[in-house]
Amino acid sequence: MTTPVASPSADRAPAQEGIAHRAGFWRRWPRRLSLSGLVGVVLVAFWLLVAFVGPLFAPHGVGAIVADDSFAPMSGQFPLGSDYLGRDVLSRILYGARYTIGLALAAALLASTAGTALGLFATVSGRWIDESLSRLLDAVTCIPSKVFALVMVAGFGSSVPLLIFTAALSYLPGAYRIARSLAVNLNVMEYVEVARARGEGRVYIACYELLPNMIHPMLADFGLRFVFVVLLLSGLSFLGLGVQPPAADLGSLVRENISGLPDGSPAVMMPALAIATLTIGVNLVIDSLPGRARRLTRGALR
Amino acid sequence: MAVLIARRIGIAVLTLLLVSAAVFSITSILPGDAAQAALGQSATPEMVAALRAQMGLDQPAYLRYLHWLGGLLTGNPGQSLANNTPVADLISMRLPKSLLLAGTAAAVSVPVALTIGILTAMYRGSRLDRLLSLATLGMIAVPEFLVATVAVLIFAVKLHWLSALSYVPETPGIGPFVRAYAMPVLTLSFVIIAQMARMTRAAVVDQLSQPYVEMAILKGASPARIVLRHALPNAAGPIVNAVALSLSYLLGGAIIVETIFNYPGIASLMVDAVTNRDMPLLQACAMIFCCAYLILVLLADVFAIVSSPKLRRR
Repeated sequence: MTTPVASPSADRAPAQEGIAHRAGFWRRWPRRLSLSGLVGVVLVAFWLLVAFVGPLFAPHGVGAIVADDSFAPMSGQFPLGSDYLGRDVLSRILYGARYTIGLALAAALLASTAGTALGLFATVSGRWIDESLSRLLDAVTCIPSKVFALVMVAGFGSSVPLLIFTAALSYLPGAYRIARSLAVNLNVMEYVEVARARGEGRVYIACYELLPNMIHPMLADFGLRFVFVVLLLSGLSFLGLGVQPPAADLGSLVRENISGLPDGSPAVMMPALAIATLTIGVNLVIDSLPGRARRLTRGALR
Repeated sequence: MAVLIARRIGIAVLTLLLVSAAVFSITSILPGDAAQAALGQSATPEMVAALRAQMGLDQPAYLRYLHWLGGLLTGNPGQSLANNTPVADLISMRLPKSLLLAGTAAAVSVPVALTIGILTAMYRGSRLDRLLSLATLGMIAVPEFLVATVAVLIFAVKLHWLSALSYVPETPGIGPFVRAYAMPVLTLSFVIIAQMARMTRAAVVDQLSQPYVEMAILKGASPARIVLRHALPNAAGPIVNAVALSLSYLLGGAIIVETIFNYPGIASLMVDAVTNRDMPLLQACAMIFCCAYLILVLLADVFAIVSSPKLRRR
């Protein structure tokens, strides 16, 4: 605030505009929610609730063998049947969802924050840094995420921190690319030029001028990253290379009960359906968002 | 144009080098070592050291990397540790099978996806569009193993049309081929059809909002003519890009599908390599996947250059 022309109120105007826009968004969005969007919100809320408090409602212990026969059908006693050892499938899912959702939240958060930070950094830094960062992350993109995960697991062995790191690294370039393109477009806007002319530093411009105005699409992108990570990690667990026993996420549950498939056992179908309802729910929510954020799901590639 | 294409190829080769360095360092950073693994726990340190020297493991990492890279380029990526056969033999046995599976899935999914994408773009906003858009949105988010299990449940368990989860060795003829490939191809196509259709729709809708389309509407051209004659040729670049990117997804999808259906392709070979910690085999498989991805992206880039008059004239 060294320049005399910039009054404090003018100084804050863009950020305030962003906040006002956001507040209006949160008021308007629920009213305009379509039926599919509502279904999405309900599904996502349900699964978040399950991840936090689900195990409290589990009728049986996660490892307790309670049924007399394996792959029992659905019944009053075991609402989703029993698994290959005679454990209660509902309880296993309630515990497993916590792993799936917790790991995915952590990895997606890491990918989105790091991607946004790097995108902002590339935008406000010189052309040279921008170019080399983009090239480097392009190279990461060209290793398909599942192949990259297999290589990482083979190299370092499967563990929870490694899974989070691997998933975050696989989906970081996508978040970076979107953050960078948003930031580059904002960077040439007049109010950013004004801030620069005022003598604001790069960090200020990135954090107070650019970030508030791109937070929306980045939140939607975070949802998308979350879906990708859920699918990647449950796929890995399904191959037996993800979450290791005795811990089990939803993908592991499908794997361990796959021998019940020829009998059409609910122990196989239910965990798989659980993953699908979670990921479809998130996609429906993103799709119900207005404007730019919504467009993300159109070209989305997992 | 030639310069542009040459530059793209140069970038692709450079990226591939970077990727090979990454794959090699990830898989050889930990000292868990092939010589120890081959000899087992009872081996004396001297024996392990001798084998290490014989296998070249006592050399510095960059030398081993160069040696490995040279091997890859000359078609000799080393010996598989698990069954002591050349990696090249294992891969040349499995690769054609994977290509057949991926090719069949592509042949099924591309026409279906383009039809859905163009139809929904033509009738955008209609009930058909909303229904199909919701359906594809859901399809993108479904894990492959759910598609596979539902397919097995319906076609093998309930209808008894196909055999469950087991790959039948081929006998010549159309019938056995369909029976063996129906479920893997269906599962693989499921997700990429959805992705491709959504991206195609976006590309065509993008063109339909251009001034020249408005001109065509004012001229009185029929909706079909506007889409097929005016918009589609201009959307060709983005559509090919969408197809290439979606097909690259086949690579990842194949890992789950080949495993679940016991299909003897390159992806299930790679999963086995991870479980056995068979690094030479794993490295070679990973490089094949990355190569395939880069080739697809490169083809899309080249097509975009060739199909765009602005870039072509440069």
